[in-house]
Amino acid sequence: MTSPTRLPEPYGNGGGANLADILERVLDKGVVIAGDIRINLLDIELLTIKLRLIVASVDKAKEMGIDWWEDDPALSSGARRNELARENAELRERLAALETGRAQEESP
Amino acid sequence: MTGLRYVYAVCRPFDAALQSQLTGVAGAPPKLLHHRGLVAVVSAVPERDFAEEPLRAHLEDLDWLTATARAHQGVIDALTTVTTPLPLRLGTVFRDDSGVRMMLEAREGDFLRTLDRLAGRVEWGVKVYVESAAGESAESPQGPDTENGWAAGKAMSGRDYLRRRSQRVKEHESGLRKAEEFAERLHEMLAAHAEDSRLHAPQSAQLSGTSGRNVLNAAYLVPRAQSEEFVEIVDRTKGEMPGIRVELTGPWAAYSFAGEKP
Repeated sequence: MTSPTRLPEPYGNGGGANLADILERVLDKGVVIAGDIRINLLDIELLTIKLRLIVASVDKAKEMGIDWWEDDPALSSGARRNELARENAELRERLAALETGRAQEESP
Repeated sequence: MTGLRYVYAVCRPFDAALQSQLTGVAGAPPKLLHHRGLVAVVSAVPERDFAEEPLRAHLEDLDWLTATARAHQGVIDALTTVTTPLPLRLGTVFRDDSGVRMMLEAREGDFLRTLDRLAGRVEWGVKVYVESAAGESAESPQGPDTENGWAAGKAMSGRDYLRRRSQRVKEHESGLRKAEEFAERLHEMLAAHAEDSRLHAPQSAQLSGTSGRNVLNAAYLVPRAQSEEFVEIVDRTKGEMPGIRVELTGPWAAYSFAGEKP
């Protein structure tokens, strides 16, 4: 991202926004208008959910790995993991429901 | 121009010219479509990629999505340097100019109100990360375990080993808790220096490509004139706490504040 010269330079990773910064704004924020070409909100929601599922899975794998919490799952933060697992399950259910809905919508 | 019309943003008319090199999502330069008191920023996009079916298929493709999102953001970013754009969500496509004009007319009142609310303001993103080693570097052994002697170098029994492990877990958790408290204080302070704020879901390390756990992901609406001060405030928190990283992004168009208030 380039910065307007009259505003101060941000610091961070070279002042650059990462992909997640851009996707969360461009896909998830901004004004929603139904154009002539309908990618309906269902598709956007599907997409957002899929991105979130990636997020949850990676976090979970990371927690079970070596890098942040204790190696032993019994000693690590069970609450946080359960929360992620629950959220993951909910998102999968929602995904299944949406995909069913879309299939029905497409069939004549 | 031929093809479909991809709309990036709606603005009030502005004088400054867009960068001449600027290209949009399908490589065509964005154009300004004036209609009554509003301007739609549009570019021509081919049917083969942006008609309903191909667009839907493309949305499943993270590489395509990434390139398109970056191009979309590039146009919004260029607009932000010269005016206050109202950014539309990715993939807002019309058949032709008259479709865009009809949309401008139908939403005129909303657009004008929102543009007035956001005029002269930008969005700053602030994220707080806990570095992986935060718990270890920020904490020192303490409490009853030390008194019991394992820390003094005695041979470890199985019980001591378990106790030590549990102690380490406590230290990690205490590190995370401290980070969350820090993030909460930071957010309160920054919100007090902003006109409005939004808390977003923490980001995945895979998408962001950054290290550490993201404990705060917030957006702040700040007048341009006060942006320098806001950036300095964020800057001063750098290095305030070991193991904590504060990241600032922006200035963004007011994406997080473009919709109606939640």
